[in-house]
Amino acid sequence: METAIDVKNIAYDINGKNILRNVSLTVRKGEYVSIVGPNGAGKTTLLKVMAKILPKNSGNVFVNALPLGSYSQKKLAKILSYVPQGAGAMFPFTVLEFVMMGRYPHLSSFTRISSEDKMAVESAMAITETTQFSENLINTLSGGERQKVFIAAALAQGSSMMLLDEPTTFLDPKRQSEINAILKSINRQSNVTIVSVTHDINHAIVSSERIIALKNGEVVFNGASAELLEDNNLELIFDIPFHYALSADRNQPVLFLK
Amino acid sequence: MTKTAKFILFFSVLVLLTLGTLLVAPFIGMTKVTVAMLVDPSYEGIEKDIFWRIRIPRTLVSFVAGCGLALSGMAFQAMFRNPLATPFTLGVSAGASLGAAMYVRLGIIFSVAGASGISIFAFMGALLSVALLYGLTTVSRNFSTATMLLAGVAISFFFSSVILFTQYISDHTQSYRIVRWLMGGFEVSGFDSLFNMLPFVVTGGAILLYMTKELNLITTGDEIAISRGVDIKKVKNVIFFATSMMVGGVVAISGPIGFVGMMSPHICRLIIGPNHQHLTPATLLFGGVFLTVCDTIARSVIAPAEIPVGVVTALIGGPFFVWLLLSGVLNKGIFYDS
Repeated sequence: METAIDVKNIAYDINGKNILRNVSLTVRKGEYVSIVGPNGAGKTTLLKVMAKILPKNSGNVFVNALPLGSYSQKKLAKILSYVPQGAGAMFPFTVLEFVMMGRYPHLSSFTRISSEDKMAVESAMAITETTQFSENLINTLSGGERQKVFIAAALAQGSSMMLLDEPTTFLDPKRQSEINAILKSINRQSNVTIVSVTHDINHAIVSSERIIALKNGEVVFNGASAELLEDNNLELIFDIPFHYALSADRNQPVLFLK
Repeated sequence: MTKTAKFILFFSVLVLLTLGTLLVAPFIGMTKVTVAMLVDPSYEGIEKDIFWRIRIPRTLVSFVAGCGLALSGMAFQAMFRNPLATPFTLGVSAGASLGAAMYVRLGIIFSVAGASGISIFAFMGALLSVALLYGLTTVSRNFSTATMLLAGVAISFFFSSVILFTQYISDHTQSYRIVRWLMGGFEVSGFDSLFNMLPFVVTGGAILLYMTKELNLITTGDEIAISRGVDIKKVKNVIFFATSMMVGGVVAISGPIGFVGMMSPHICRLIIGPNHQHLTPATLLFGGVFLTVCDTIARSVIAPAEIPVGVVTALIGGPFFVWLLLSGVLNKGIFYDS
């Protein structure tokens, strides 16, 4: 499979503190990769460096074989989208207006919204089941609805890769499951490469083809989901021992703390 | 009603109000001027001069100033993602006032290319505070918006103190002139004032009208804006530049006039929503109409004396704004925290 994102020896530090050191990894096209690790491991920073939101101190990131530096922000946005962990304060845009802003990289200052833009937005809202909220103000939505709208806006960008920062954190089990289903469908049906930071290890193991674990700014695990359960990989990553059992109905591993 | 229909309706009303205000305001005042006097070529009275050389330029100057102040308030609110961020609250007007106060205290008189010394000093003061604010955003990328706001408020307080000090060490006449200038107004506005101000406001306004999509994305936060493809550093630089041009150009002529910049974008946002493609043209006209109406009131209610226009904007605008905030219309909120 072709390489989508190639991260080579990335380092990032703030005020002399190493947030990321010598991080290297590859994401192949069409893959669903989860990034796990304890708080403060550098997961969010890694995602932001990959999205060119934060500058790296050394090393390089290649997107579709071209270095990140060779992309303008707009050109990159056509290929790669990013869903942040939660946006702060915002003006009360309607959901439709907000999702339409996802088309920014395809528009120039005075171009009108084309039928292509409209179709991209409609399909993004259909996939994320947010069509019925079109005219609602974004600040009136529940946490789960909002997360879907943020994914819809990223999807409307029409990019082939999507980076997500803890998309299911703070959501109830039903909403978590809905978001996970949406991401799975985006990955399988729309063939979008997905890199998702998550604390939901159980779901990461079930859904992703590959899991990457960060700890203290370094990659400490990079392999197939099943391998994460082997030896005491999890204890090494999280400093706490885990048990796992197989669920009776689907024969899936279920983790719990010892 | 769809949002676009709402905008078209609101904007049409604003266009009518603009035309109405600009046509009616010059006829209002202590000296009665009639259309008959103006169209009669043989009429030799002072009314013609009052109309063409005093009231017309003054009406236009107050309109253009209102446009500039309202637009710069809108841009600052978007950029700082805060309803209280305006050039007035963040010290840009205070910087301009300090420049003017220094000029009066120094007692020198000069002019460059038609621009008076006090204008030049005020403009330099505005630029100084924008440079300080702007410098802080570029020096440290770790500055949060809240930190920036605090820095702006600190700049504002600092400049205000220096103004008070300047006033304290001035004599009675100078002190009065400083106080009068600080109140803001258009008493001495002729066509030269208009031509001094117009290029600044037109350039700054055109830049903002060109950047409505970027303004929208900036209000959603830096991370989302960048990931949608906005070159955030460049865009913020351009907005700072456009805003300082407008504030410098306006404040240099009229003194610091508060409230127009904060209130106009809020009222428009409450009526037609936060989409800057609609909000920018609406705010522009609203600010112009509002300030022209306030200035007409300021110069006519106790004629031949005048109330400083800044007093009128706050007296009319303040209670109206509070009423808007309290009324049910505003339950949808100006801004929300997640």
